[in-house]
Amino acid sequence: MQIKPILTAMRHHKAGTILIAFQIALTLAIVCNALFIIQQRVTRVMRPSGVEEANLFAIDNQWADSASVQNVGAQIRADLTALRQLGSVQDAYATNSFPLRGWGWDNYVRLRPDQVHRTSDSAIFFTDDHTLATLGVKLIEGRNFTSSEAHDVSIKTLAAWPEIIISKDLAKKTFPDGHAVGKPLYVNSDASPSVVVGVTDTLQSHMTDSDITPFAYDAVLVPGYLLQGMTRYVIRARPGQLQAAMRDAKRALVTQSRMRIIDPKDGVRTFAQVRAKAYERDYGMAMLMGIVSVVLLAITAAGIVGLTSFWVGQRRKQIGIRRALGATRADILSYFLTENAMIGGCGVIVGILLALGINLWMVMRFEMAHLSGLYVLIAAAILLLLGQGAVLAPALRASRVSPVEATRPA
Amino acid sequence: MLAHYLQLGLRSLRRNPMLTALMVMAIGFGVAASMITWSVFRVVSGNPIPDKSEALYTALIDNRGPQYNNAGNEPPEALDYDEAVALIRARKAAHQTLFYNIGLSVMPEGSHDLPLNASGYATNTDFFNMFEVPFQYGGAWTAADDDARAAVAIISSDLNNKLFGGANSVGREVTFDQHTYRIIGVTGHWDPKPRYFDVFAGMTYAEPPDVYIPFTRAIDLKIDTSGRNNCGGAPVHIESAEAWLHRQCAWIPVWVELSTKADAQRYLDFLTAYAAEQQRAGHFNWPPNVRLRSVMNWLDFEHVVPPESRISLFVSVGFFVICMVNTIGLLLAKFMRRSAEIGVRRALGATRREVYEQFLMEAATVGLAGGMLGLILTAIGMQGVSLLFEPEIARLAHLDFSLLVMAIGVAVLAALIAAFYPSWRAAQVQPAWQLKSN
Repeated sequence: MQIKPILTAMRHHKAGTILIAFQIALTLAIVCNALFIIQQRVTRVMRPSGVEEANLFAIDNQWADSASVQNVGAQIRADLTALRQLGSVQDAYATNSFPLRGWGWDNYVRLRPDQVHRTSDSAIFFTDDHTLATLGVKLIEGRNFTSSEAHDVSIKTLAAWPEIIISKDLAKKTFPDGHAVGKPLYVNSDASPSVVVGVTDTLQSHMTDSDITPFAYDAVLVPGYLLQGMTRYVIRARPGQLQAAMRDAKRALVTQSRMRIIDPKDGVRTFAQVRAKAYERDYGMAMLMGIVSVVLLAITAAGIVGLTSFWVGQRRKQIGIRRALGATRADILSYFLTENAMIGGCGVIVGILLALGINLWMVMRFEMAHLSGLYVLIAAAILLLLGQGAVLAPALRASRVSPVEATRPA
Repeated sequence: MLAHYLQLGLRSLRRNPMLTALMVMAIGFGVAASMITWSVFRVVSGNPIPDKSEALYTALIDNRGPQYNNAGNEPPEALDYDEAVALIRARKAAHQTLFYNIGLSVMPEGSHDLPLNASGYATNTDFFNMFEVPFQYGGAWTAADDDARAAVAIISSDLNNKLFGGANSVGREVTFDQHTYRIIGVTGHWDPKPRYFDVFAGMTYAEPPDVYIPFTRAIDLKIDTSGRNNCGGAPVHIESAEAWLHRQCAWIPVWVELSTKADAQRYLDFLTAYAAEQQRAGHFNWPPNVRLRSVMNWLDFEHVVPPESRISLFVSVGFFVICMVNTIGLLLAKFMRRSAEIGVRRALGATRREVYEQFLMEAATVGLAGGMLGLILTAIGMQGVSLLFEPEIARLAHLDFSLLVMAIGVAVLAALIAAFYPSWRAAQVQPAWQLKSN
């Protein structure tokens, strides 16, 4: 293929050439950053919580008399007994917070009492002997709590917690040698440590914000019922009976006592709803970036079709002359394809630089990760293919120009 | 003449329906994407109290030591009880308020339902005047009520509707958490967004508050905060309810009103002196570390604008730029295709300026059509905002008159800018050359 005549022809429609190249460059820059954002968000959403989420739901139960919360311990126990007796319920426990909830209690974890900098900032989940079974989380080391270990815990008289269970990730962070059970950790008081009695398999904390990701899987399970204005019940329904269990559980609690507030709108939520809420910005962002990318590619393709069609129309006479002088249809077709590939190539090169520039700026501005080369390559390939696809129809039309055109006035 | 060009432009739109449709769609999509993301951005980045944003400040004091502070040795984002009460007692500002979040239960009269949750603030009298709370009935309680630890309450019109059917309930009694309060005021609709003064507890985009009771009364009743309690990792020793109240944790925001910069400087000096005094008294083992942040400074510091909002706005603007580049190319093709027509017009005596005007008008009609399409797409896209942001933010984004005007204006302006070069090229057409080649 002759490159030189193409370059000469391009000089005659500089503006159009530059516009297409520029458009391809900008589209590439935005599309590969958008793809990268989608990938990051999807990775976040896809990470496991460690919880068996199907058939699980939670009830936010606010006590109607906040002044007497010091006395709700007996009510919590009665509630749990009633919940566990329901036919549609497999198991249940009471807590202050649970994985993916977004808000909750977190404490610094230290290895020594005099340590100033935290080893971890870990979620504090109040639990009892039914917690692991309800969540469907396995114990990989040590033992579960016993029913006698779950005492009433007042937030206003915080003593050290004698025994705790920690998540796998926290165990790895605090005791890299792999033996956490039996070791002391300072999670609450610096006067006396808590002893690790068990280690769970992967368990996500309540934190879902991106800026606390390093602690996303650090959780401390403390035996006890926290006496505060809000008690949350996490309940596992028998398989297939989720809807029934949600209805039954709420009714059972109200029968126990009416002195409670369960928000009619979102007081009872399935774990699927909890997850959707936790990641709603990520879903939304991925969807927005997806829509933007598709529309952008469509507009760029349409632009290429429009401009190339114009060029073909403008050059019918020249094409006719070339055909009359012996050029085949394939020659004409490959002329336009090559021309477009050259413009696209320039656009892609500029676009890659632009994409890296935008990413660098986003890294500084939004603390995003560095763009991986893979996404640049994918986007570049998509754009080159798209460009060739878009130019195909006008180029075919050009190749069908009859040599007779050369003899007609323009 | 311009009207005539407009007519010509409209007729020309019909001549190349494909090209026209492409341009209108490019501008329409570009405008819609920008308008949708802008409608969210203007809410989340707006000034919630424009007339006072330079006069209201939140006061922060490091009360637990640098080893527990975040990067930059920033003090905690709220105060503990002792510091908060000390600042209010000092009365060094024109107005000063402190508050914490409360969630109380209330029984709707004659109802067989479960009790309702009424969330709001335990605060003092200055809160209402400082944050410009409007009143439907009655008004704020007085400083004397604060000092008397009075059992009075202010409720929102929303809660008033639920409890009293919207009647003037001032003077009537209401029971929150088994304690009786006398209603002293009913607020009008009040929902500043973002809720600048309560970013600390994450209530930035929350539903409006329903109830307010005196801070002193709430402390007497030992009502606990329903908001955030941040001990920052400092070990807390608590043996009694009294110790719990005086814990070294951040849970009470304090705001002060200082009308001039000089007042603000004086207040900052006072805060520094206060912290120095605490250091001398042996309460703080570190040099004074205090901050005084105005409304916008505070919102900026707290990163109140979600990064998603900024990123989507930038992406939309980039998208719009691409749509414009696309439009330039298409306009160029459309105009140059009519070189022969231009040649004839020029030969018949039209000046370059006239050709230029004609084509700009034609582009303006494209912009107008694009704007219309953009408006329709914006209206549709608004329904989708809830996909990107939590419902609390999504419900704030809405299509109003200013957005409508802006969408059309931006579309026409974009089309005109895009047409500058193609029209100039069209005006440069040499009549002789065109006539000859025909």
